[in-house]
Amino acid sequence: MIAPLKPDLITVNIDGKEIAVPKGTNAIEAARLVGVDVPYYCYHPKLSVVGNCRMCLIEIGMPAVDPATKTPIMDPATGKQKINWIPRPQIGCATNASPGLHIRTNTAQIKDCREGVMEFLLVNHPLDCPICDQAGECKLQEQSTGYGRGYSRYVEQKNFKPKRTQLGPRVMLDDERCILCSRCIRFCKEVVKDDVLGFIDRGSYSTLTCFPGKALENNYSLNTVDICPVGALTSTDFRFKMRVWFLKQTNSIDTESSVGANTVVWSREGVIYRITPRPNDGVNDTWMADTGRELFKAVRAPNRLTAVKLDGLDTSLEVALNSAGAILKAAGRTVALVGSGRSSVEEHSLARKLAETLGASTHMVSRIGEGDRMLISGDRNPNVRGALVVGLIKKLPTEKLTALGGAIDTGAVTVVVSLGEDLHAAGLTAAQLAKVKIIYLGTHADTTTKAAQVVVPTLTVFEKSGTLVNQQFRLQKFAKCVPGPAGATDDLAVLAKLVVTAGGTATLGDLPNVWASLATTVAGLAAISYATLPDTGLLLDSTPFASLPFCEGETFHYQPAATTATMKV
Amino acid sequence: MPAPQQRRIIFKHIDAPGYTNDLACYVRHGGYEILKKAVTLPAATIIDEVKKSGLRGRGGAGFPCGVKWGLVDRKSGKPIYLVVNADESEPGTFKDRYIIHQDPHQLLEGIMIASFANNVKQAYIYIRGEFPHGARILEQAVAEARAANFVGPNILGTSYSCEIFVHRGAGAYICGEETGLIESLEGKRPYPRIKPPYFPAVLGLYQCPTIVNNVETLCHVKHILEMGGDTYAKIGTPNNTGTRLLCVSGHVKRPGYYEFAVGEITLGELLNEVCGGPLPGRTFKAVIPGGSSAKILKFGETFTLKNKDGSSRTLTVEEIPMDFDTLAACGTMGGSGGVIVMDDSVNMVEALANINAFYAHESCGQCTPCREGSLWMKKITARMVHQQARSEDGALLKSVADQIAGRTICAFGEACSWPTQSFVAKFGDEFKGYAETRKEPKRADALELV
Repeated sequence: MIAPLKPDLITVNIDGKEIAVPKGTNAIEAARLVGVDVPYYCYHPKLSVVGNCRMCLIEIGMPAVDPATKTPIMDPATGKQKINWIPRPQIGCATNASPGLHIRTNTAQIKDCREGVMEFLLVNHPLDCPICDQAGECKLQEQSTGYGRGYSRYVEQKNFKPKRTQLGPRVMLDDERCILCSRCIRFCKEVVKDDVLGFIDRGSYSTLTCFPGKALENNYSLNTVDICPVGALTSTDFRFKMRVWFLKQTNSIDTESSVGANTVVWSREGVIYRITPRPNDGVNDTWMADTGRELFKAVRAPNRLTAVKLDGLDTSLEVALNSAGAILKAAGRTVALVGSGRSSVEEHSLARKLAETLGASTHMVSRIGEGDRMLISGDRNPNVRGALVVGLIKKLPTEKLTALGGAIDTGAVTVVVSLGEDLHAAGLTAAQLAKVKIIYLGTHADTTTKAAQVVVPTLTVFEKSGTLVNQQFRLQKFAKCVPGPAGATDDLAVLAKLVVTAGGTATLGDLPNVWASLATTVAGLAAISYATLPDTGLLLDSTPFASLPFCEGETFHYQPAATTATMKV
Repeated sequence: MPAPQQRRIIFKHIDAPGYTNDLACYVRHGGYEILKKAVTLPAATIIDEVKKSGLRGRGGAGFPCGVKWGLVDRKSGKPIYLVVNADESEPGTFKDRYIIHQDPHQLLEGIMIASFANNVKQAYIYIRGEFPHGARILEQAVAEARAANFVGPNILGTSYSCEIFVHRGAGAYICGEETGLIESLEGKRPYPRIKPPYFPAVLGLYQCPTIVNNVETLCHVKHILEMGGDTYAKIGTPNNTGTRLLCVSGHVKRPGYYEFAVGEITLGELLNEVCGGPLPGRTFKAVIPGGSSAKILKFGETFTLKNKDGSSRTLTVEEIPMDFDTLAACGTMGGSGGVIVMDDSVNMVEALANINAFYAHESCGQCTPCREGSLWMKKITARMVHQQARSEDGALLKSVADQIAGRTICAFGEACSWPTQSFVAKFGDEFKGYAETRKEPKRADALELV
């Protein structure tokens, strides 16, 4: 007899193990909690349940109760309450936990069911694993190893279906590999609300296709590739580039907007091959935008900065920083620091230290785009809130550096330190740029690097570790995926040296030391360190910033405050 | 002339000389009088009469009609729909088409009574795509009945209103499965729904409570109300009440459609007396008693059944009464009433190849076992017939069928695997020896199966 543990939990029995699960949990998820694997293809925790693959068949039963007396019927053999097992196997994905539910996954019938489904799925599957991109991360491979018979009884001709159908600019379809699980159809319909995929024909000849005149071209199309359990949908970008088992996975954050979708960056020998979403139910569920997957291409962009420059000539980092220090010292209190909403929390804090050392004014450029109400917000800077938290800025960034331009015109500013911002694009004229000395720390060449006296190449988000604060004030960490190019130096190291050359106190530019300092200097970050920060992030106290008019509209897990809801998206 | 053993209630006027399918003729023969009586009764009384009658659904599953009506969620506040399943597509079944063609108003009267009893404001007749003529007749009949105030707003001067819509299918067997039919009616691919949670009585058409009844079942409702549930229950045998339509096709002298009190005629009487026995010089070999998805019966086999008092009786195929329960006890089913007879000229491998081709073509493709298994079985039997049979193919066929039955979303899994399971089990020798019996070279012009 099982008794419920808590009112909101119900106890179920899975292969003899009892577990308390929240109401509404299905059998697959409940089994996962006790370490019992229920294989499936069509089920996806974030999509509707259709129950079409039949891989998750389980046996279910309920404790027997005498219908007349309502008393439990005991089994004399075991001394426990008898279980009435339903002879017909049921699908786990559509079986919700109910009090006293008993589940068996380890019986001969279930083994036979799984072997049967595996065999059926493979009879018309091309078995072209040697040339298939999904190999190595293919559910069909994994589960045929785990639950299949290991041999084929099929001697008939396999079905022919379209190969290489371009569903959209980024997604390629091989219909012969498709197992018709309908995950991609449901994703487009339910998550993106862009209903473009469907099946045509029937029976085993059913074929996935785009509706006539439509294309799978929404900015979330590559999620269909992620959730495709087989190699039917592949990314035109990643296809045939690399075997997945050679790739190293590193946790990272999507920096294209303040949503901060959690990602995994896949690299080999210093080269990034793809970016995929990492589940975080508080931020991006299991999705990410297509645009965020292309960010790694900036790492090897032709305009990447790889040489330290002093007045346009190559030099060493030490010489450049010493010159920069001299320029800064000479400028007295006429220095302005332009931070970047793309910098990490740690960089923001060292930038603040630099600004305090120099008595410099701080500025920041906003990047406002259109939010898509999903995983791209209106604020295209990933870490404005980080700058607020560590105190680099006190108010929200502006679109143009108008105030700085005025200060340059009056001569109140003679030196500008730019942390990767193109000052020209931010509204400063060529004349204004020519009037000041510029110290530039950044990754890519732009108009400002041409005008700068000192240019120090630094690292992209993929080449360093750090943290970002997203729109929910969730502190999230990213880790170094690949080494930076020769000639580029870690931003923190550069900033720390710049602080010293500018006359400040010595600081070690590495994560543990910056965090040790942050924990004591910033109230909201006490007792936090990079190493112990959870992979799913940590929500910081946002109340000190509640009055700021943040510009984002809603996204999947973010609702703007009522006062800002009516503002520009 | 109807065969003497028949008891015609539903088919009373079918093929009667001078009987036409227009409203005037129907009214002349007493039509719509029961509807007039029904609208004066409390709805619960009508449902009670149907429950008392013991009427079982005539679409194939034999589910008690009154129980089905009792399951409808009446507290949801959502509208209740009645959907008439006129997608008669089971091979071997052709009863509903005669009701629709020759006596459509009988169906409409049944629909209106059932609608009134269940407070249905909109009823849909989902008619098979291959019945365009029937659809036109129904559309005409609905228009006539509407003009005469039997259908539509405030029927017969009462406050009750109900519209009937005729919806044509597009030609898919799976649309006869009730949840597939509902999906199709909603304009989607007819993928049957998973149950739970989508039981039509709760979450049916447009996620509202829905009753799906077969054409013949609804016709019976009219006669139940006419004679009273208790009187109706006396027809036939206990738990197998009323009359039912049987469609006999295949190798008998007089194939056709017949109506009998359920269980009052045996299979032997049906085939030998009513249908005139086998064709000259032939003998019966096998019979499928309830549409092509029912398990086949082999002449010569016997069944030992338990009686209620604990004793047992042994039946030959000829002695099986044509009722739901005995057929089920013999391992097959009454199904949709399509009796398909095969004599000794039939090779069972080729017969199964034909059936398998049908089911492979009609599988909707939603769930794995049926989608892949039905086509695989078709490929095996087609290969056996047209190319190369192997002695192990029979066992393989059975194994594939076993992997389908009971593991699919809808009953199509059983429908496509029961023929294979029963053919192989009962005619295993033919499957094993097929390679030897068919030594002649394959004809170059041999037609491909469907």
